[in-house]
Amino acid sequence: MCLGIPGRIVAITDEARQLALAEISGVRREVNVACIAEGPLDDLVGEWALIHVGFAMSRIDPDEAERTLQALRDLGEAQEALDAMAEGQRALEAAK
Amino acid sequence: MEAALALRDRIVTLAHGGGGRAMRDLIETVFTPVFEPPGMEDQARLMDAALQEPGARLAFTTDSFVVTPVEFPGGDIGTLAVCGTINDLAVGGARPLWLSAAFIIEEGCEVELLERVVASMQREAAAAGVRIVTGDTKVVGRGAADRLFVTTSGVGVIPPGRELSAARVQPGHVAIVNGVLGDHGATILAARGDLALSTDLRSDCAALGHLMEAVLAVAPGTSCARDATRGGLASALNEIAAAAGVGVVVEEDALPLRDEVRGMCEILGLDPLYLANEGTLVAFVPESEADAALAAMRSRAEGRNAVVVGRAVQAHPGQVRMATSFGGMRVVDMLVGEQLPRIC
Amino acid sequence: MKFASEFRDPALAKALLARISDVADRIGATREKPVHIMEICGGHTHSIFRYGLDKLIHPGVEFIHGPGCPVCVLPMSRVDECVEIAMRPEVIFTTFGDAMRVPGHRMSLMQAKAGGADIRMVYSPLDALELARRNPDREVVFFGLGFETTTPSTALSIQQAARERLTNFTVFCNHITVPEPIKALLDDPDMMLDGFIGPGHVSMVIGTRPYDFIARDYGKPIVVAGFEPTDLLQSVLMVLTQIAEGRAAVENQYARVVPEDGNPVSLAAIADVYERRPSFEWRGLGEIDASGLRIRPKYRPFDAEEKFGIGYAVGRKAVDEPEGCACGAVMTGRIKPTACPQFGKGCTPDMPLGALMVSSEGACAAYWQYGGSRGLAAE
Repeated sequence: MCLGIPGRIVAITDEARQLALAEISGVRREVNVACIAEGPLDDLVGEWALIHVGFAMSRIDPDEAERTLQALRDLGEAQEALDAMAEGQRALEAAK
Repeated sequence: MEAALALRDRIVTLAHGGGGRAMRDLIETVFTPVFEPPGMEDQARLMDAALQEPGARLAFTTDSFVVTPVEFPGGDIGTLAVCGTINDLAVGGARPLWLSAAFIIEEGCEVELLERVVASMQREAAAAGVRIVTGDTKVVGRGAADRLFVTTSGVGVIPPGRELSAARVQPGHVAIVNGVLGDHGATILAARGDLALSTDLRSDCAALGHLMEAVLAVAPGTSCARDATRGGLASALNEIAAAAGVGVVVEEDALPLRDEVRGMCEILGLDPLYLANEGTLVAFVPESEADAALAAMRSRAEGRNAVVVGRAVQAHPGQVRMATSFGGMRVVDMLVGEQLPRIC
Repeated sequence: MKFASEFRDPALAKALLARISDVADRIGATREKPVHIMEICGGHTHSIFRYGLDKLIHPGVEFIHGPGCPVCVLPMSRVDECVEIAMRPEVIFTTFGDAMRVPGHRMSLMQAKAGGADIRMVYSPLDALELARRNPDREVVFFGLGFETTTPSTALSIQQAARERLTNFTVFCNHITVPEPIKALLDDPDMMLDGFIGPGHVSMVIGTRPYDFIARDYGKPIVVAGFEPTDLLQSVLMVLTQIAEGRAAVENQYARVVPEDGNPVSLAAIADVYERRPSFEWRGLGEIDASGLRIRPKYRPFDAEEKFGIGYAVGRKAVDEPEGCACGAVMTGRIKPTACPQFGKGCTPDMPLGALMVSSEGACAAYWQYGGSRGLAAE
């Protein structure tokens, strides 16, 4: 349910109807930005939002995205350390 | 003079299909000046040295073209009609020589559109070294066609000793595509306008006769080629896998896709493997000849982005699987119908 | 693609998969005695198959595909009502592509279109609004379909139509909500779920609080997840970790998109335009109390049910689901698609019997397409 993808607001096209142009990988589509508008619409230009059926539904928080990725990277490093330990253990066992 | 007078409103009417003077005027104004004057006859008497070669075989194909919109970035229905039929011949190993062209015109169609389409056809045919030698026009009432339908048939010659067929694909043969995938399908989706998506994409529409000749010259072991038109690369590979009784594994990482095509697919929930192409083929080549085939393709504009996308394998005969960039493996089946844009 | 490709990195997935295996082993999950995790949302089902996650993950983790595909849970009778509206000569019936092939009792919208109905696929309800503006002499009906993710788009479109005083635009409202069917599943005595992957895009609208009851009253973990493969794997790990630690909480893996309180503008638009129906029929699950929305009386001119006197507006006649169709059992996780006697026999994507074979989010279609009609799934 609910195909949604990240797009960047590149221009405001219709202030009264709260419409803006969003760009998704080089594809442009007019979207409604009512759900993410807080102040003047022009402030939205350059912002990333989750686009669903022609509506910008939610702003994407780049800090939260980075936090999630960092957690994954940390996990990767921890796992590598674990693997290295296990490897060392195996080498030790083998040497015995 | 008379012809110019009859066509002064620049709109095709049912009178132009009536077999009388109006029809002659239409044909003489629009078609014959372009298609190799003195022009198309109802029958073509064909002579070519290639036909005389012992062991040479004739190849014959036909295809109908309907597309909405009739004109789109990168081509029009005429480009499609010429390239499509040339490509049908080329992937079968034939050197395309002659085409016929039949037009079903909806009354109200602008003559200027016809002229543009005819010019596209002539341009593509000339570039491919192919002659449009016979043709026909019919005019139908409003609503009975969508502006313009074109049918082309093509004749080519397969040189002696050349044998391309899916059944010859062996495990180990590599699958090479000559260019990016899905440009045509994505361009048409955007050009229809009802999804209100805009892109800078252009159809990949191109004739591949010269490219095939270049490949076959350096990779004579090429077992099979298919143009990845309707149903995209996925359908072409499935047909080959089924006919050859081999499995095919595609590497997701290797698939050449433009960002815009990826974007369209993400927005509309489509799989680019099933998007139509009009200038993209997949060829199966023995591993030892793969580099030569790639180089031959890349030396031509229509093969600049040529790349190996997968290979035939002994396992899972008849089935195409994709090694995902994520490290998984999934089946790439035939589509049931047309892919529909989705929100879910 | 920014905010998507980073979360498809196989290197990140490797560590996640290893950690998932550790935790799964620790809690004693095996192929024979797996942990059952339901991904509620059909979009997650699609991602799982698209990236082959079910094959990559520890065999002790079994995904149960939930009811979160609006097309799949749409009862046949509603498709019949769509066809009835669409067949009216004055109507331009607009719909998302998803609904075109869903079988009705007599025909699908695709077949109705071939039969002469003016049915147009659109990407957005905004496009339906535009059609209404351009065709003042026609009745433009939009097939409002979907969960809370999609509901704000039709609510905002109806508000816009009201502002413009359009008199030829209506919505055939079939919007449904996520928490109620989850509650219905949890109340099922045969239920054997150990945790949930929560729907990311529904949650960006409603926030994470509406799931509190799942952890509090039923003691089941739920993690709201994004749709990229590492999002899903990370969420599975979070669910397993809760199980291992003996906790049950609502957690949010998709914080880059999902605010805890949801989206206030969307929620206000939904509240302004829609109210709960006493109950709504779900394919395979039957009538569920307060699980569907209808258009409030103040927006009645935009309600297709009222305008055309159809559906719940006139009292509905129940239509039997096709014989032998086990969509209900599949949707509630009681059986796998391949265990349905009709799978691949009486029910294929060419000739679907049930909705799960039609929608690309349907578990059966996903098994068919990505598991392959002839392989993988069975291996």
